[in-house]
Amino acid sequence: MLQVATEPKKAVAMENDTLLAVDNIEVVYNEYVLVLRGLSLEVQRGSITALLGANGAGKSTTLKAISGLLKSEDGKITRGDIKFDGQIISNQEPDTTVRSGISQVMEGRRIIQDMTVLENLKLGAFTRTDRANIADDIDLVYSYFPRLKERTGLAGYLSGGEQQMLAIGRAMMARPKLILMDEPSMGLSPLLVKEVFGIIKKLNRDFGVTILLVEQNAAMALSCASHGYIMENGKIVLDGTAAELRENEDIKEFYLGGSGERKSFKNIKSFKRRKRWL
Amino acid sequence: MNWFLLTQLLANGLIVGMLYGVVAMCFVLIYKSTQVVNFAQGEFLVLGAWVCLAMVVKAGLPFYIAFPFTLVFMTIFGILIQTVILRPLIGEPIISIIMVTIALSIIMQSILNWTFGNSSASFPQIFPVENVSLFGLQVETAYIMSLVLSVFVMALFYAFFQYSKYGLAMRATAYDQQAAQSLGVSVGQVFAMSWAISAVVSGIAGIIIGIVSGVSSSLAVIGIKVFPAVIVGGLDSIVGAIVGGVIIGLLENLAEFVDGQYLQWGNLYTIAPFYVLIIILVIKPYGLFGTRDIERI
Repeated sequence: MLQVATEPKKAVAMENDTLLAVDNIEVVYNEYVLVLRGLSLEVQRGSITALLGANGAGKSTTLKAISGLLKSEDGKITRGDIKFDGQIISNQEPDTTVRSGISQVMEGRRIIQDMTVLENLKLGAFTRTDRANIADDIDLVYSYFPRLKERTGLAGYLSGGEQQMLAIGRAMMARPKLILMDEPSMGLSPLLVKEVFGIIKKLNRDFGVTILLVEQNAAMALSCASHGYIMENGKIVLDGTAAELRENEDIKEFYLGGSGERKSFKNIKSFKRRKRWL
Repeated sequence: MNWFLLTQLLANGLIVGMLYGVVAMCFVLIYKSTQVVNFAQGEFLVLGAWVCLAMVVKAGLPFYIAFPFTLVFMTIFGILIQTVILRPLIGEPIISIIMVTIALSIIMQSILNWTFGNSSASFPQIFPVENVSLFGLQVETAYIMSLVLSVFVMALFYAFFQYSKYGLAMRATAYDQQAAQSLGVSVGQVFAMSWAISAVVSGIAGIIIGIVSGVSSSLAVIGIKVFPAVIVGGLDSIVGAIVGGVIIGLLENLAEFVDGQYLQWGNLYTIAPFYVLIIILVIKPYGLFGTRDIERI
Protein backbone atom coordinates (compact mmCIF):
# COMPACT_ATOMS: atom_id res chain seq x y z
CA MET A 1 0.00 0.00 0.00
CA LEU A 2 1.55 3.15 -1.12
CA GLN A 3 0.32 6.56 -0.34
CA VAL A 4 1.34 9.92 -1.52
CA ALA A 5 1.25 12.33 1.33
CA THR A 6 0.07 15.58 -0.09
CA GLU A 7 -0.84 17.01 3.27
CA PRO A 8 1.72 16.88 6.06
CA LYS A 9 0.66 13.67 7.67
CA LYS A 10 -0.08 13.63 11.38
CA ALA A 11 1.99 10.94 13.02
CA VAL A 12 -0.13 8.07 14.18
CA ALA A 13 -0.58 7.75 17.92
CA MET A 14 2.59 6.38 19.46
CA GLU A 15 2.78 2.66 19.34
CA ASN A 16 5.01 0.66 21.54
CA ASP A 17 7.49 -0.19 18.86
CA THR A 18 7.97 3.34 17.58
CA LEU A 19 11.34 4.55 18.75
CA LEU A 20 11.42 7.90 17.03
CA ALA A 21 8.44 9.94 15.93
CA VAL A 22 8.94 13.20 14.13
CA ASP A 23 5.61 14.95 14.14
CA ASN A 24 4.95 17.68 11.63
CA ILE A 25 8.05 19.75 12.32
CA GLU A 26 8.98 23.03 10.79
CA VAL A 27 12.60 24.16 10.84
CA VAL A 28 13.71 27.70 10.32
CA TYR A 29 17.29 28.82 9.79
CA ASN A 30 18.41 32.31 10.73
CA GLU A 31 14.89 33.21 11.84
CA TYR A 32 13.52 33.36 8.31
CA VAL A 33 14.71 30.59 6.02
CA LEU A 34 12.08 27.85 6.15
CA VAL A 35 13.77 24.54 5.39
CA LEU A 36 11.43 21.84 6.68
CA ARG A 37 7.75 22.50 6.14
CA GLY A 38 5.79 20.06 8.18
CA LEU A 39 7.81 16.89 8.09
CA SER A 40 6.64 13.72 9.79
CA LEU A 41 8.26 10.35 9.96
CA GLU A 42 8.43 7.36 12.23
CA VAL A 43 11.22 4.95 12.91
CA GLN A 44 10.36 1.54 14.33
CA ARG A 45 12.53 0.10 17.06
CA GLY A 46 15.20 -2.18 15.68
CA SER A 47 14.65 -1.22 12.05
CA ILE A 48 16.73 0.40 9.37
CA THR A 49 14.77 3.28 7.90
CA ALA A 50 15.96 5.13 4.83
CA LEU A 51 15.35 8.80 4.15
CA LEU A 52 15.93 9.60 0.50
CA GLY A 53 15.76 12.69 -1.59
CA ALA A 54 17.63 15.02 -3.86
CA ASN A 55 20.24 17.52 -2.76
CA GLY A 56 18.75 20.34 -0.76
CA ALA A 57 15.59 18.45 0.10
CA GLY A 58 16.33 18.86 3.79
CA LYS A 59 17.54 15.39 4.70
CA SER A 60 20.58 16.51 6.67
CA THR A 61 18.51 19.21 8.32
CA THR A 62 16.07 16.55 9.48
CA LEU A 63 18.88 14.61 11.12
CA LYS A 64 20.27 17.75 12.71
CA ALA A 65 16.82 18.64 14.00
CA ILE A 66 16.65 15.25 15.70
CA SER A 67 20.16 15.41 17.15
CA GLY A 68 19.93 19.04 18.21
CA LEU A 69 22.90 20.15 16.13
CA LEU A 70 20.60 22.60 14.42
CA LYS A 71 21.27 25.10 17.18
CA SER A 72 24.91 25.51 16.29
CA GLU A 73 23.82 26.47 12.79
CA ASP A 74 21.30 29.04 13.91
CA GLY A 75 18.40 26.74 13.14
CA LYS A 76 15.33 26.09 15.24
CA ILE A 77 12.32 23.84 15.28
CA THR A 78 9.44 26.29 15.29
CA ARG A 79 6.51 23.90 15.08
CA GLY A 80 5.74 20.29 15.81
CA ASP A 81 7.76 18.03 18.01
CA ILE A 82 10.11 15.09 18.04
CA LYS A 83 9.50 12.20 20.37
CA PHE A 84 12.22 9.72 21.16
CA ASP A 85 11.40 6.75 23.34
CA GLY A 86 8.29 8.52 24.57
CA GLN A 87 10.00 11.78 25.46
CA ILE A 88 9.92 15.07 23.63
CA ILE A 89 13.42 16.00 22.51
CA SER A 90 12.81 18.95 20.18
CA ASN A 91 15.30 21.81 20.53
CA GLN A 92 17.35 19.88 23.06
CA GLU A 93 21.08 20.47 23.50
CA PRO A 94 23.06 17.99 21.40
CA ASP A 95 24.89 16.54 24.39
CA THR A 96 21.60 15.75 26.13
CA THR A 97 20.42 14.00 22.99
CA VAL A 98 23.52 11.83 22.91
CA ARG A 99 23.02 10.98 26.56
CA SER A 100 19.44 9.93 25.89
CA GLY A 101 20.66 7.42 23.30
CA ILE A 102 20.97 9.01 19.86
CA SER A 103 24.32 9.00 18.07
CA GLN A 104 25.02 10.70 14.81
CA VAL A 105 27.41 9.83 12.01
CA MET A 106 27.69 13.18 10.34
CA GLU A 107 27.94 13.90 6.67
CA GLY A 108 31.55 13.81 5.54
CA ARG A 109 32.50 11.56 8.47
CA ARG A 110 33.92 14.40 10.55
CA ILE A 111 36.45 12.33 12.41
CA ILE A 112 39.01 14.23 14.45
CA GLN A 113 41.91 14.04 12.06
CA ASP A 114 44.69 15.05 14.41
CA MET A 115 43.86 12.37 16.95
CA THR A 116 44.59 8.66 16.68
CA VAL A 117 42.00 6.01 15.88
CA LEU A 118 41.94 4.91 19.50
CA GLU A 119 41.45 8.48 20.74
CA ASN A 120 38.58 8.95 18.30
CA LEU A 121 36.91 5.84 19.63
CA LYS A 122 37.44 6.94 23.23
CA LEU A 123 35.89 10.25 22.35
CA GLY A 124 32.83 8.39 21.11
CA ALA A 125 32.36 7.10 24.65
CA PHE A 126 32.55 10.62 26.11
CA THR A 127 29.04 10.58 27.57
CA ARG A 128 29.39 7.18 29.16
CA THR A 129 29.95 6.73 32.83
CA ASP A 130 30.73 3.01 32.92
CA ARG A 131 34.46 3.35 32.40
CA ALA A 132 35.22 -0.32 32.89
CA ASN A 133 33.31 -1.46 29.82
CA ILE A 134 34.79 1.06 27.41
CA ALA A 135 37.91 -0.99 26.73
CA ASP A 136 35.76 -4.03 25.91
CA ASP A 137 33.66 -1.98 23.54
CA ILE A 138 36.76 -0.70 21.78
CA ASP A 139 37.78 -4.31 21.18
CA LEU A 140 34.28 -5.02 19.95
CA VAL A 141 34.51 -2.18 17.43
CA TYR A 142 37.88 -3.50 16.30
CA SER A 143 36.32 -6.92 15.75
CA TYR A 144 33.85 -5.36 13.34
CA PHE A 145 36.47 -3.18 11.68
CA PRO A 146 39.68 -5.20 11.85
CA ARG A 147 41.36 -2.72 9.51
CA LEU A 148 41.17 0.04 12.09
CA LYS A 149 43.18 -1.91 14.62
CA GLU A 150 46.21 -1.99 12.36
CA ARG A 151 46.22 1.78 11.94
CA THR A 152 48.14 3.38 14.76
CA GLY A 153 48.83 6.77 13.25
CA LEU A 154 46.64 9.83 13.05
CA ALA A 155 43.11 9.29 11.85
CA GLY A 156 43.63 11.93 9.17
CA TYR A 157 45.82 9.52 7.24
CA LEU A 158 43.14 6.83 7.00
CA SER A 159 41.55 6.17 3.62
CA GLY A 160 38.02 7.41 3.01
CA GLY A 161 36.52 3.99 3.66
CA GLU A 162 38.46 3.55 6.86
CA GLN A 163 37.41 6.99 8.02
CA GLN A 164 33.78 6.07 7.42
CA MET A 165 34.25 2.88 9.41
CA LEU A 166 35.87 4.84 12.20
CA ALA A 167 32.97 7.29 12.21
CA ILE A 168 30.48 4.43 12.49
CA GLY A 169 32.54 2.68 15.15
CA ARG A 170 32.83 5.94 17.08
CA ALA A 171 29.06 6.39 17.01
CA MET A 172 28.64 2.82 18.30
CA MET A 173 30.92 3.61 21.25
CA ALA A 174 28.16 5.61 22.91
CA ARG A 175 25.99 2.46 22.96
CA PRO A 176 23.14 4.28 21.28
CA LYS A 177 19.59 3.08 20.75
CA LEU A 178 19.39 5.02 17.51
CA ILE A 179 22.09 6.01 15.04
CA LEU A 180 21.47 8.79 12.55
CA MET A 181 23.66 8.19 9.51
CA ASP A 182 24.18 10.92 7.00
CA GLU A 183 25.39 9.59 3.69
CA PRO A 184 27.75 6.83 4.67
CA SER A 185 28.40 6.11 0.99
CA MET A 186 29.74 9.58 0.25
CA GLY A 187 32.91 9.50 -1.80
CA LEU A 188 33.39 5.75 -1.55
CA SER A 189 33.96 3.26 -4.37
CA PRO A 190 31.05 0.91 -5.13
CA LEU A 191 32.88 -1.99 -3.53
CA LEU A 192 33.46 -0.05 -0.33
CA VAL A 193 29.87 1.16 -0.31
CA LYS A 194 28.80 -2.47 -0.33
CA GLU A 195 31.16 -3.27 2.51
CA VAL A 196 30.00 -0.33 4.60
CA PHE A 197 26.34 -1.19 4.09
CA GLY A 198 27.08 -4.81 4.94
CA ILE A 199 28.52 -3.62 8.23
CA ILE A 200 25.55 -1.34 8.90
CA LYS A 201 23.19 -4.28 8.42
CA LYS A 202 25.32 -6.46 10.64
CA LEU A 203 25.39 -3.89 13.43
CA ASN A 204 21.63 -3.56 13.18
CA ARG A 205 21.19 -7.32 13.38
CA ASP A 206 23.75 -8.03 16.11
CA PHE A 207 22.98 -5.18 18.49
CA GLY A 208 19.41 -4.37 17.57
CA VAL A 209 20.45 -0.76 17.13
CA THR A 210 17.92 1.27 15.17
CA ILE A 211 19.26 3.18 12.20
CA LEU A 212 17.90 6.17 10.36
CA LEU A 213 19.80 6.35 7.12
CA VAL A 214 20.03 9.38 4.86
CA GLU A 215 21.32 8.49 1.43
CA GLN A 216 21.83 9.63 -2.12
CA ASN A 217 22.51 6.09 -3.19
CA ALA A 218 18.85 5.08 -3.15
CA ALA A 219 19.31 1.59 -4.57
CA MET A 220 21.78 0.66 -1.88
CA ALA A 221 19.77 2.25 0.91
CA LEU A 222 16.52 0.55 -0.10
CA SER A 223 18.26 -2.78 -0.36
CA CYS A 224 19.14 -2.78 3.31
CA ALA A 225 16.33 -0.72 4.81
CA SER A 226 12.96 -2.08 5.78
CA HIS A 227 11.13 1.17 5.33
CA GLY A 228 11.76 4.30 3.33
CA TYR A 229 10.70 7.91 3.10
CA ILE A 230 11.15 10.16 0.08
CA MET A 231 11.67 13.86 0.71
CA GLU A 232 11.27 16.83 -1.53
CA ASN A 233 11.40 20.49 -0.60
CA GLY A 234 11.29 19.93 3.10
CA LYS A 235 8.39 17.50 3.09
CA ILE A 236 7.84 13.78 2.88
CA VAL A 237 6.21 13.10 -0.48
CA LEU A 238 6.14 9.34 -0.40
CA ASP A 239 6.66 6.55 2.06
CA GLY A 240 6.31 2.81 2.23
CA THR A 241 8.21 -0.37 2.82
CA ALA A 242 11.50 -0.67 1.01
CA ALA A 243 10.09 -3.36 -1.29
CA GLU A 244 7.18 -1.15 -2.31
CA LEU A 245 9.45 1.79 -2.96
CA ARG A 246 11.79 -0.30 -5.07
CA GLU A 247 8.85 -1.23 -7.32
CA ASN A 248 7.43 2.28 -7.56
CA GLU A 249 7.68 3.63 -11.10
CA ASP A 250 8.42 7.22 -10.12
CA ILE A 251 11.17 6.24 -7.77
CA LYS A 252 12.64 3.93 -10.34
CA GLU A 253 12.80 6.82 -12.71
CA PHE A 254 13.99 9.55 -10.38
CA TYR A 255 16.19 7.78 -7.88
CA LEU A 256 17.08 4.32 -9.05
CA GLY A 257 18.10 5.26 -12.56
CA GLY A 258 15.87 4.04 -15.40
CA SER A 259 12.63 2.13 -15.17
CA GLY A 260 13.60 -0.98 -17.03
CA GLU A 261 13.11 -0.23 -20.71
CA ARG A 262 14.73 2.74 -22.29
CA LYS A 263 12.35 5.51 -23.14
CA SER A 264 12.34 7.10 -26.51
CA PHE A 265 12.93 10.80 -26.67
CA LYS A 266 9.63 11.18 -28.46
CA ASN A 267 7.75 10.12 -25.37
CA ILE A 268 9.43 12.55 -23.10
CA LYS A 269 7.59 15.76 -22.77
CA SER A 270 9.69 18.64 -23.83
CA PHE A 271 9.10 22.03 -22.45
CA LYS A 272 9.30 24.61 -25.16
CA ARG A 273 9.41 28.16 -24.21
CA ARG A 274 6.01 29.56 -24.79
CA LYS A 275 5.71 32.59 -26.96
CA ARG A 276 5.01 35.60 -24.93
CA TRP A 277 3.75 38.93 -26.05
CA LEU A 278 7.24 40.31 -26.36
CA MET B 1 84.52 36.27 26.36
CA ASN B 2 82.95 35.98 29.75
CA TRP B 3 81.86 32.34 29.84
CA PHE B 4 80.63 32.48 33.39
CA LEU B 5 78.25 35.34 32.69
CA LEU B 6 77.10 33.66 29.49
CA THR B 7 76.15 30.38 31.22
CA GLN B 8 74.50 32.31 34.03
CA LEU B 9 72.45 34.29 31.55
CA LEU B 10 71.55 31.20 29.53
CA ALA B 11 70.37 29.41 32.68
CA ASN B 12 68.37 32.51 33.44
CA GLY B 13 66.97 32.52 29.95
CA LEU B 14 65.92 28.91 30.21
CA ILE B 15 64.09 29.48 33.48
CA VAL B 16 62.37 32.66 32.35
CA GLY B 17 61.69 31.05 28.98
CA MET B 18 59.93 28.12 30.59
CA LEU B 19 57.73 30.59 32.39
CA TYR B 20 56.99 32.39 29.13
CA GLY B 21 56.21 28.97 27.75
CA VAL B 22 53.67 28.34 30.51
CA VAL B 23 51.92 31.64 29.89
CA ALA B 24 52.06 31.08 26.13
CA MET B 25 50.45 27.70 26.69
CA CYS B 26 47.54 29.40 28.44
CA PHE B 27 47.18 31.80 25.57
CA VAL B 28 47.24 29.01 22.99
CA LEU B 29 44.78 26.96 25.01
CA ILE B 30 42.19 29.72 24.83
CA TYR B 31 42.90 30.50 21.21
CA LYS B 32 42.76 26.87 20.19
CA SER B 33 39.59 25.86 21.92
CA THR B 34 37.57 29.06 21.75
CA GLN B 35 39.16 31.06 18.89
CA VAL B 36 39.56 34.03 21.16
CA VAL B 37 42.79 36.04 21.16
CA ASN B 38 43.12 36.94 24.79
CA PHE B 39 44.84 40.29 25.16
CA ALA B 40 44.16 40.24 28.89
CA GLN B 41 46.48 37.29 29.50
CA GLY B 42 49.04 39.55 31.18
CA GLU B 43 46.42 40.96 33.55
CA PHE B 44 45.51 37.42 34.60
CA LEU B 45 49.07 37.09 35.87
CA VAL B 46 48.89 40.36 37.76
CA LEU B 47 45.56 39.42 39.29
CA GLY B 48 46.83 36.05 40.51
CA ALA B 49 49.95 37.61 41.99
CA TRP B 50 48.08 40.41 43.76
CA VAL B 51 45.40 38.15 45.18
CA CYS B 52 47.97 35.75 46.56
CA LEU B 53 50.06 38.60 47.95
CA ALA B 54 47.02 40.18 49.59
CA MET B 55 46.17 36.90 51.27
CA VAL B 56 49.72 36.49 52.53
CA VAL B 57 50.38 40.08 53.62
CA LYS B 58 46.97 41.53 54.49
CA ALA B 59 45.19 38.41 55.74
CA GLY B 60 48.33 36.95 57.21
CA LEU B 61 47.78 33.48 55.76
CA PRO B 62 50.82 31.27 55.29
CA PHE B 63 51.90 30.91 51.67
CA TYR B 64 50.99 27.25 51.33
CA ILE B 65 47.36 28.08 52.19
CA ALA B 66 47.15 31.31 50.21
CA PHE B 67 48.47 29.58 47.09
CA PRO B 68 45.66 27.00 46.66
CA PHE B 69 43.07 29.61 47.62
CA THR B 70 44.37 31.85 44.87
CA LEU B 71 44.00 29.00 42.41
CA VAL B 72 40.40 28.46 43.45
CA PHE B 73 39.78 32.18 43.05
CA MET B 74 41.33 32.15 39.57
CA THR B 75 39.20 29.16 38.53
CA ILE B 76 36.03 30.98 39.46
CA PHE B 77 37.30 34.14 37.84
CA GLY B 78 38.08 32.35 34.57
CA ILE B 79 34.68 30.69 34.41
CA LEU B 80 32.93 33.98 35.19
CA ILE B 81 34.82 35.88 32.49
CA GLN B 82 33.94 33.23 29.96
CA THR B 83 30.27 32.85 30.81
CA VAL B 84 29.48 36.49 31.45
CA ILE B 85 31.62 38.32 28.91
CA LEU B 86 32.63 35.94 26.16
CA ARG B 87 29.77 33.50 25.83
CA PRO B 88 27.37 36.10 24.40
CA LEU B 89 30.03 36.90 21.79
CA ILE B 90 30.15 33.43 20.27
CA GLY B 91 29.68 33.75 16.54
CA GLU B 92 30.58 37.44 16.47
CA PRO B 93 33.38 38.57 14.15
CA ILE B 94 36.90 38.10 15.46
CA ILE B 95 37.57 41.84 15.54
CA SER B 96 34.76 42.47 18.04
CA ILE B 97 36.09 39.72 20.26
CA ILE B 98 39.59 41.21 20.10
CA MET B 99 38.17 44.61 21.04
CA VAL B 100 36.44 43.04 24.01
CA THR B 101 39.58 41.33 25.30
CA ILE B 102 41.57 44.55 24.88
CA ALA B 103 38.88 46.34 26.85
CA LEU B 104 39.01 43.60 29.44
CA SER B 105 42.74 44.14 29.71
CA ILE B 106 42.37 47.89 30.24
CA ILE B 107 39.52 47.54 32.73
CA MET B 108 41.34 44.88 34.72
CA GLN B 109 44.47 47.01 34.76
CA SER B 110 42.60 49.98 36.20
CA ILE B 111 40.69 47.95 38.75
CA LEU B 112 43.89 46.26 39.88
CA ASN B 113 45.71 49.58 40.20
CA TRP B 114 42.77 50.99 42.06
CA THR B 115 42.48 48.17 44.58
CA PHE B 116 46.11 47.22 45.07
CA GLY B 117 47.88 50.49 44.36
CA ASN B 118 50.39 51.59 41.81
CA SER B 119 53.58 50.75 43.63
CA SER B 120 55.21 47.39 43.61
CA ALA B 121 55.22 45.09 46.60
CA SER B 122 57.19 41.97 47.31
CA PHE B 123 56.36 38.67 48.92
CA PRO B 124 57.87 38.05 52.33
CA GLN B 125 60.69 35.53 52.35
CA ILE B 126 59.15 32.18 51.44
CA PHE B 127 62.18 29.94 51.21
CA PRO B 128 64.61 29.61 54.11
CA VAL B 129 67.62 29.89 51.81
CA GLU B 130 67.77 32.59 49.21
CA ASN B 131 70.41 31.10 46.95
CA VAL B 132 71.55 27.62 46.17
CA SER B 133 74.66 26.70 44.29
CA LEU B 134 74.11 24.45 41.32
CA PHE B 135 77.05 23.24 39.19
CA GLY B 136 79.00 26.25 40.34
CA LEU B 137 76.22 28.68 39.45
CA GLN B 138 74.47 30.77 42.04
CA VAL B 139 70.76 30.28 41.51
CA GLU B 140 67.96 31.83 43.49
CA THR B 141 65.76 29.25 45.19
CA ALA B 142 62.74 30.99 43.71
CA TYR B 143 64.17 30.35 40.24
CA ILE B 144 64.47 26.66 40.99
CA MET B 145 60.90 26.63 42.21
CA SER B 146 59.90 28.44 39.06
CA LEU B 147 61.58 25.81 36.89
CA VAL B 148 60.11 22.90 38.83
CA LEU B 149 56.62 24.37 38.78
CA SER B 150 56.84 25.17 35.06
CA VAL B 151 57.85 21.61 34.23
CA PHE B 152 55.18 20.29 36.55
CA VAL B 153 52.46 22.40 34.93
CA MET B 154 53.60 21.30 31.48
CA ALA B 155 53.55 17.64 32.47
CA LEU B 156 50.08 18.14 33.89
CA PHE B 157 48.94 19.75 30.65
CA TYR B 158 50.36 16.88 28.66
CA ALA B 159 48.72 14.21 30.81
CA PHE B 160 45.43 16.07 30.78
CA PHE B 161 45.24 16.36 27.01
CA GLN B 162 46.61 12.90 26.34
CA TYR B 163 44.76 10.75 28.81
CA SER B 164 41.76 12.43 30.37
CA LYS B 165 38.39 12.33 28.71
CA TYR B 166 37.89 16.06 29.13
CA GLY B 167 41.27 16.68 27.56
CA LEU B 168 40.24 14.64 24.54
CA ALA B 169 36.95 16.51 24.41
CA MET B 170 38.80 19.84 24.42
CA ARG B 171 41.09 18.74 21.61
CA ALA B 172 38.13 17.52 19.62
CA THR B 173 36.30 20.79 20.16
CA ALA B 174 39.36 22.69 19.01
CA TYR B 175 39.51 20.61 15.86
CA ASP B 176 35.84 20.45 14.92
CA GLN B 177 33.25 22.00 17.19
CA GLN B 178 30.20 20.50 15.59
CA ALA B 179 31.65 17.01 15.39
CA ALA B 180 32.52 17.22 19.08
CA GLN B 181 28.98 18.31 19.84
CA SER B 182 27.59 15.39 17.88
CA LEU B 183 29.54 13.10 20.19
CA GLY B 184 27.97 14.58 23.28
CA VAL B 185 30.59 17.15 24.23
CA SER B 186 29.06 20.28 25.67
CA VAL B 187 30.89 23.10 23.96
CA GLY B 188 29.90 25.64 26.59
CA GLN B 189 31.46 23.46 29.25
CA VAL B 190 34.65 23.08 27.23
CA PHE B 191 34.90 26.84 26.72
CA ALA B 192 34.45 27.55 30.42
CA MET B 193 36.97 24.87 31.26
CA SER B 194 39.64 26.26 28.95
CA TRP B 195 39.26 29.75 30.42
CA ALA B 196 39.39 28.36 33.93
CA ILE B 197 42.55 26.36 33.22
CA SER B 198 44.14 29.31 31.49
CA ALA B 199 43.33 31.65 34.39
CA VAL B 200 44.63 29.22 37.00
CA VAL B 201 47.88 28.55 35.22
CA SER B 202 48.40 32.24 34.52
CA GLY B 203 47.80 32.83 38.22
CA ILE B 204 50.53 30.34 39.08
CA ALA B 205 52.91 32.05 36.66
CA GLY B 206 52.02 35.44 38.13
CA ILE B 207 52.75 34.25 41.65
CA ILE B 208 56.11 32.78 40.60
CA ILE B 209 57.19 35.98 38.91
CA GLY B 210 55.84 37.95 41.84
CA ILE B 211 58.04 35.98 44.21
CA VAL B 212 61.09 36.39 41.99
CA SER B 213 60.83 40.03 41.11
CA GLY B 214 58.04 41.61 43.13
CA VAL B 215 54.41 42.21 42.31
CA SER B 216 53.35 45.24 40.30
CA SER B 217 51.29 46.07 37.29
CA SER B 218 54.41 45.73 35.15
CA LEU B 219 53.94 41.95 35.38
CA ALA B 220 51.45 42.37 32.58
CA VAL B 221 54.40 42.89 30.25
CA ILE B 222 54.74 39.11 30.22
CA GLY B 223 51.41 39.06 28.42
CA ILE B 224 53.02 40.98 25.58
CA LYS B 225 56.19 38.89 25.58
CA VAL B 226 53.96 35.93 25.02
CA PHE B 227 53.06 37.08 21.53
CA PRO B 228 56.46 36.49 19.97
CA ALA B 229 56.64 33.17 21.83
CA VAL B 230 53.29 32.05 20.54
CA ILE B 231 53.90 33.18 17.00
CA VAL B 232 57.34 31.59 16.88
CA GLY B 233 55.82 28.31 18.01
CA GLY B 234 52.67 28.50 15.95
CA LEU B 235 49.40 29.91 17.23
CA ASP B 236 47.69 26.58 17.66
CA SER B 237 50.43 24.37 19.03
CA ILE B 238 50.90 23.85 22.74
CA VAL B 239 54.32 22.27 22.29
CA GLY B 240 55.18 25.16 20.02
CA ALA B 241 54.20 27.60 22.76
CA ILE B 242 56.67 26.02 25.16
CA VAL B 243 59.48 25.89 22.63
CA GLY B 244 58.67 29.44 21.55
CA GLY B 245 58.74 30.60 25.16
CA VAL B 246 62.12 29.03 25.79
CA ILE B 247 63.51 30.46 22.54
CA ILE B 248 62.34 33.95 23.49
CA GLY B 249 63.72 33.61 27.01
CA LEU B 250 67.12 32.46 25.76
CA LEU B 251 67.20 35.12 23.06
CA GLU B 252 66.49 37.89 25.50
CA ASN B 253 69.35 36.86 27.71
CA LEU B 254 71.65 36.26 24.79
CA ALA B 255 70.84 39.72 23.49
CA GLU B 256 71.52 41.06 26.95
CA PHE B 257 74.92 39.37 26.92
CA VAL B 258 75.92 40.59 23.49
CA ASP B 259 74.65 44.04 24.28
CA GLY B 260 76.33 44.25 27.66
CA GLN B 261 79.66 42.84 26.53
CA TYR B 262 80.14 44.27 23.07
CA LEU B 263 77.54 46.66 21.72
CA GLN B 264 76.61 48.74 24.74
CA TRP B 265 73.38 49.91 23.08
CA GLY B 266 71.22 49.17 26.05
CA ASN B 267 67.79 47.54 26.00
CA LEU B 268 68.58 45.28 23.07
CA TYR B 269 66.94 42.45 25.00
CA THR B 270 63.48 43.97 24.77
CA ILE B 271 63.47 44.20 21.01
CA ALA B 272 65.46 41.10 20.06
CA PRO B 273 62.45 38.76 20.39
CA PHE B 274 60.45 40.88 17.99
CA TYR B 275 63.21 40.82 15.36
CA VAL B 276 63.21 37.06 15.59
CA LEU B 277 59.44 37.10 15.35
CA ILE B 278 59.63 38.93 12.04
CA ILE B 279 62.30 36.62 10.64
CA ILE B 280 60.37 33.51 11.60
CA LEU B 281 57.17 34.84 10.12
CA VAL B 282 58.99 35.42 6.85
CA ILE B 283 60.43 31.92 6.75
CA LYS B 284 57.66 29.91 8.37
CA PRO B 285 54.36 31.79 8.41
CA TYR B 286 52.63 29.02 10.37
CA GLY B 287 55.27 29.18 13.10
CA LEU B 288 57.64 26.35 13.90
CA PHE B 289 54.95 23.96 15.07
CA GLY B 290 51.78 25.45 13.65
CA THR B 291 49.58 22.84 12.07
CA ARG B 292 48.33 22.70 8.59
CA ASP B 293 45.53 20.35 7.71
CA ILE B 294 46.41 16.79 6.90
CA GLU B 295 46.18 16.29 3.17
CA ARG B 296 45.39 12.81 2.02
CA ILE B 297 46.87 11.91 -1.31
